[in-house]
Amino acid sequence: MKIVYADNNATTMVAPEVLEAMLPFLKDQYGNPSSMHTFGGRVGFAIKDARAKVADLIGASPEEIVFTGCGTESDNTAIWAALHAQPDKRHVVTTRVEHPAVKSLAESLAKKGYRITFVPVDGQGNLDLDHLYRHLSEDTAIVSIMWANNETGVLFPIDEIAQRVREHGIVFHTDAVQAVGKIPVDVRQSPVDMLSMSGHKIHAPKGVGVLYVRKGTRFTPHLIGGHQENGRRGGTENTASIVGFGKAAELAASQWLKDMDRVKRLRDRLENSLLERVPNAMINGNRDRRLPNTTSVAFEYVEGESILLMMDQYGICASSGSACTSGSLEPSHVLRAMGVPFTAAHGSIRFSLGTYNTDEDIDTIVEKLPPIIDRLRDMSPFWHEAKAKTAAG
Amino acid sequence: MWEYTDKVKDHFLNPRNVGVIEDADGIGEVGSLACGDALKLTFKLDENQRIRDAKFQTFGCASAIASSSALTEIIKGLSLEEASKITNEDIADYLGDLPKEKMHCSVMGRDALEKAIAHYRGEAEKKIDGEIVCECFGVTDREIERAVRENSLRSIEDVTNFVKAGGACGNCHEKIEQIIGRIIGTQKPAAKKPVRLTNLQKIKLVEETLDREIKPALQKDGGDIELVDVDGNTVFLRLCGNCAACSASQITLKHYVETKLQEFVTPEIVVEEVAG
Repeated sequence: MKIVYADNNATTMVAPEVLEAMLPFLKDQYGNPSSMHTFGGRVGFAIKDARAKVADLIGASPEEIVFTGCGTESDNTAIWAALHAQPDKRHVVTTRVEHPAVKSLAESLAKKGYRITFVPVDGQGNLDLDHLYRHLSEDTAIVSIMWANNETGVLFPIDEIAQRVREHGIVFHTDAVQAVGKIPVDVRQSPVDMLSMSGHKIHAPKGVGVLYVRKGTRFTPHLIGGHQENGRRGGTENTASIVGFGKAAELAASQWLKDMDRVKRLRDRLENSLLERVPNAMINGNRDRRLPNTTSVAFEYVEGESILLMMDQYGICASSGSACTSGSLEPSHVLRAMGVPFTAAHGSIRFSLGTYNTDEDIDTIVEKLPPIIDRLRDMSPFWHEAKAKTAAG
Repeated sequence: MWEYTDKVKDHFLNPRNVGVIEDADGIGEVGSLACGDALKLTFKLDENQRIRDAKFQTFGCASAIASSSALTEIIKGLSLEEASKITNEDIADYLGDLPKEKMHCSVMGRDALEKAIAHYRGEAEKKIDGEIVCECFGVTDREIERAVRENSLRSIEDVTNFVKAGGACGNCHEKIEQIIGRIIGTQKPAAKKPVRLTNLQKIKLVEETLDREIKPALQKDGGDIELVDVDGNTVFLRLCGNCAACSASQITLKHYVETKLQEFVTPEIVVEEVAG
């Protein structure tokens, strides 16, 4: 069965060029980049090259790039670095819709006695900027706000926020894991102090992340060990994956970012076709300020896991904001923070496209999904109730 | 990805007995949209008082649909006496087991069956038995005790998997631990008292929460809500606009407004509607 992969915010395919670039470092070029001999040193040069390519993608200098093990490690490192560098400051500002990499850390900091401000969002997923600015204080150690939301794709005005936060002399970090590679991100334009990225969201393999640390930012390492990454992250480098990340960054800059107009057209066609064909469906989040590849579609009166498993029959891969898919009992914290009613939150499906998606993929989803919704609704007592109500007038 | 048995997959993809029996003898409805799953079970008896036909409508995940489908298959042909002995475990066994996080789906099936039988026998809608422990999912101490006893549950997580209690805000975790302790005979010391709010602090917090958390969501649906009074832990509210006319307003009040107030003010909050 052909796989229709529409779950690129979860992870992406390793690009063939990326795999090609990595293979030598999984085979003969196994040296340790820290070694004194030429054999290891060659690998060191490859990492240097990858660092330069990643830096280029976001307008940074190579020495501002720290390779980590994943996006979560980058986020944790950034927040801990700010807290350790300013031990007298006990306040952290973030949002109610962050990825668990930041949200769960903030919650655990709250238990350790830190004061946390979770900035709310409106029904469209837009950040309450007044609330954010009002809560900045002398005591604030760091503000950490995602660039783009992973579930809805809604973008936050990072340039503006970073500028305001900087005026207060507060460290600003952004989780840009979903933004990099999908929209232009340039740290020369955006005055962020730290920025997290993840390899596997941009067609590099899993297990490699990056933390951008602007020159002059006070930093303490999270993983303490050897002198790797200029003393900012101990641990022998994941050489092949770092090389892969470099190749992916190069391809993102030269090809994939340019392809996002096409991806956006696919996404728009997908969501418009679904809205046309399926009654009682709506888009979660601000449609005018979103990533080009993401759509979160709410189908009222049906449950997300059931939709996903029926689509799975046709090889269609997507994600759901429903409770049942996560193993928790509550629907996604993002949709709840937006006040998406329960009728819709449980039946929300996220499609996230990428450069390898085609028109045929969209055709398949548009053909297969509406009958699935019909079928599940026919089983749903709430759908029948709602229909009876409409009929009654 | 859940590890569903082939039988679960089969009953999900090819559910048996979907629908509603129009002239049903017994009707049982459990769950709600807010909870994330709900089941409406109807059955018809034959001249020998055996279940001739059973149908279901279910809103929920794959295992909820499969459990409902299995339930209807199990009870067909049974006398009411026999059907009333069906347990959630029977449903799970019929399906060749359910992931432990999904056991509540089988409990939902058992509950719907009990309700439908009670409905047929003309027994008054059972008053909520016991005291609500989990406010988020409306689960009582009796229900938790029963689940703990019947399924030898030992942890909060187990209880959540079976009856959902404790699966959301977490405020009831201590109470659940006490119930487990009581049943397995190693009672834990009493819960520490929550911080007490003064009346003024409470009213302020209620107002703030309404403004920040609740009104924007209701206004999006063309509704609104007004604070009328606060008496102890009872908050009197008036629904306006679309909400006032909406038949789901009780769900809005109890599952949304009350939950939010409990989350942000104090877990003891009870919401009462004041008619417009």
